[in-house]
Amino acid sequence: MNTPLLRRVLLALAAPALAAAFALFVSSIVLALSGSSWIDTYSEMLSNASKLETMVDILNRATPLYIAGVAVAIGFKMNLFNIGVEGQYVLASFMAAWVGASVVLPGPLHVGLILLTAMVVGGAWAGLAGLLKVTRGVNEVIATIMLNFIAIGGIIAALLPRAIEDPTAANQGTAVIAESGWLPNLNGILELVTREITKGRRLSGMFLIAIILGVAYHVIVNRSRFGFDLRSSGMNPMAARAGGVPPKRMILVAMLASGAVAGLIGMPEILSDSHSYDQGFVRGLGFAGIAVALLGRNTAPGMAIAALLFGFLDTSSAPLQVTGTASPEIVVIMQATILLTAVIAYEVVNRIRQTDEVRRAAQATESADPAADVATAGASA
Amino acid sequence: MTAWKTLPAWARWAGIAAIGVFVLAVVQQVSGTTLLTSPNASGGMLRWSMPILLAGLGGLFSERVGVVNIGLEGMMILGTWCGAMGAFEFGPWGGLLCGLIGGALGGLLHAVATVQFGVDHIISGVAINILAPGLARFLSDRFFPQRGGSISQSPPVDGIGDFTVPVLSDAFAAVDDLDLFFISDVAGLLEGAVTDLRWFTLLGLLMVPFSAWLLFKTRIGLRMRICGENPKAGESLGVSIYGHKYLGVIISGAFAGLAGAFIVIELTGLYRGGQTNGRGFIALAALIFGNWRAGGVMAGAMLFGYPFAISLSDFDASGSGIATRALLLLVVVGLTAFAVYAYRRDGGLGAPASVTDAELSADLERGLTESYVRSVQGFARWGNSALAGGLAIIILAWYLLTERAADWVPNTMPYALVLIVLVFASQSLKMPAAIGQPFRKGET
Repeated sequence: MNTPLLRRVLLALAAPALAAAFALFVSSIVLALSGSSWIDTYSEMLSNASKLETMVDILNRATPLYIAGVAVAIGFKMNLFNIGVEGQYVLASFMAAWVGASVVLPGPLHVGLILLTAMVVGGAWAGLAGLLKVTRGVNEVIATIMLNFIAIGGIIAALLPRAIEDPTAANQGTAVIAESGWLPNLNGILELVTREITKGRRLSGMFLIAIILGVAYHVIVNRSRFGFDLRSSGMNPMAARAGGVPPKRMILVAMLASGAVAGLIGMPEILSDSHSYDQGFVRGLGFAGIAVALLGRNTAPGMAIAALLFGFLDTSSAPLQVTGTASPEIVVIMQATILLTAVIAYEVVNRIRQTDEVRRAAQATESADPAADVATAGASA
Repeated sequence: MTAWKTLPAWARWAGIAAIGVFVLAVVQQVSGTTLLTSPNASGGMLRWSMPILLAGLGGLFSERVGVVNIGLEGMMILGTWCGAMGAFEFGPWGGLLCGLIGGALGGLLHAVATVQFGVDHIISGVAINILAPGLARFLSDRFFPQRGGSISQSPPVDGIGDFTVPVLSDAFAAVDDLDLFFISDVAGLLEGAVTDLRWFTLLGLLMVPFSAWLLFKTRIGLRMRICGENPKAGESLGVSIYGHKYLGVIISGAFAGLAGAFIVIELTGLYRGGQTNGRGFIALAALIFGNWRAGGVMAGAMLFGYPFAISLSDFDASGSGIATRALLLLVVVGLTAFAVYAYRRDGGLGAPASVTDAELSADLERGLTESYVRSVQGFARWGNSALAGGLAIIILAWYLLTERAADWVPNTMPYALVLIVLVFASQSLKMPAAIGQPFRKGET
């Protein structure tokens, strides 16, 4: 006996639809209050996004957001809150850029070395928090927050002067990586189905890697023994332990995996864009990744939609400013409102589902044969 | 030790403070600096720890009612914006009040999400941290340009002002000038505390005993704490759990807002985007360091404020770093003292075997070998002190091998110290029992 299919589908769609509608409603009010036309704002955002070049921008922006979402989601699956994705990816990007600039290797090897460095550094930094948790009982939220500050304010601040190529340059950073360490772009593949991409836009090769990562995440979490152990330890550590899953090892492995994926977040920048780490290196993707994971409910397709949505909103900000339609900050307000209403809506829908289930269980017991009840009562007595 | 325990609390605290200053005096003599006990050190520490203290007290109220508040940072940002707007329109006291209200609104949002709708506390906090900076920039764009500011900063605003305690300040200064070992050091630190003291700082310091009194000595405080310890028991006694949780989280936001207003009114003199600089997260660390108590939060806040104040005087134009290097020796002293304490507390190497036959046979039945059980027991007796001692030796080597500390050391040290403290104290910290757990009215 299941809830009617229609009701289940409606409930599943209700939360995101409610969140989107409410976010539009709130942003329209904010726009109206600040004296901008909400119709103009939305049509400007949509017409901008319908250009091919903007679509490439959106994909390029969504790529690191998606990787960040996956990194956070791996922790979430295990009930671990890796808030240190931010520090892990910045530290990993710095180290990878430094290593990448110090060597010249044949193409795939060079790129592979940079990716490997990033994953190892990110994994090690997250693994440190995992180690502190399993050996000393240090809460991973506080540990990773502290490690964020230590990575950015301490380690990078201490090492950057040694890695800087030209101390007199205006923007202090590592040397630009040799071209053998650049990831080829995907314009050729994209142009098979579209017109030629102009204005110097290039779809990062990391887009493909992010897709592969998403598929791997989906398969490993939902279809493998390891993923089952991960999810069961997250849902009920006691039961998982009784089933032979060592909780401490799972914590450590989950943190290592989360950090290794976090190391990839900065790679679109390092491998496809600036090819170096400098003081203006993109920040905040780790925290944005938390939002993507929450919106996408830690599922691979959900997070892809969330990353594309946030990518779309991020790229809408600049044209709004250029045309003077509205304050560019309206997109951040939209993002935060969507996030907050979505998590509330998910929670409300969850409660409705639970109530449904209780009602169904009650009906099932009532309609069952009374003799069965007597039998169970006798067995338990 | 028994005589120590019969002393009244104030005498014990004074004794601890005296020992602390004595260690400071010795360390700075050895390292060749006078900054550690200068008036600048104590005055700067009070000023720079105040935002962390206020936000940490905010965290205290929230976590005592059982709600994790990782959104302190966002509420603080709301406090900075509203504080600047209020201070520009109505003067500094108006800024203080507006900052408080702005933070409280953020707290209300967090309470609606977590208490009413049962959203995961950390998720709601993260959402507030994303919302607040965007909202502040949006509002700045709307309100500041026509007032002489811009999208990223407000027009300058006035501070509330300061005062100097008349006779004491001069007396301490005179004793400080005598250059007597220890006595002048004490006087120097006290001089910094009573000279040019901001009214806002004094208010913040008074909030510490006030919070402790409200939470631990009043009926409403007891009811708030039961929300964090055992809400079902509270509900069965007729306590309105939702109401008290709302109250605690809104007070929490108000404190975070005050912290933001302090930054604007007393530290920078204007609102600037990103000026909270992660202090909301640091406040959480101070809260945990302080074991969820008002006095402990203050100690944690000072732990962050002190090295920062030292580094401000230390890394001036000449960029010396000598006093900051002295702080390393201070850490070595602290770790060594802990290693000795832990060795005595945990038993140490020479202690008799504490594995009873019954425990041993139970462990053997679980499939563990005898040598493993004994080694775990042995490690429990000396592991903590060995770890602390090892860290002390590493930092001592760093101290001895360098002549001055790099400029990133003071920015990193407090975070590393909090991690070290958590490594040794995580098991003995006592957080509210029902923290972070969802509670629904009428559910059994």
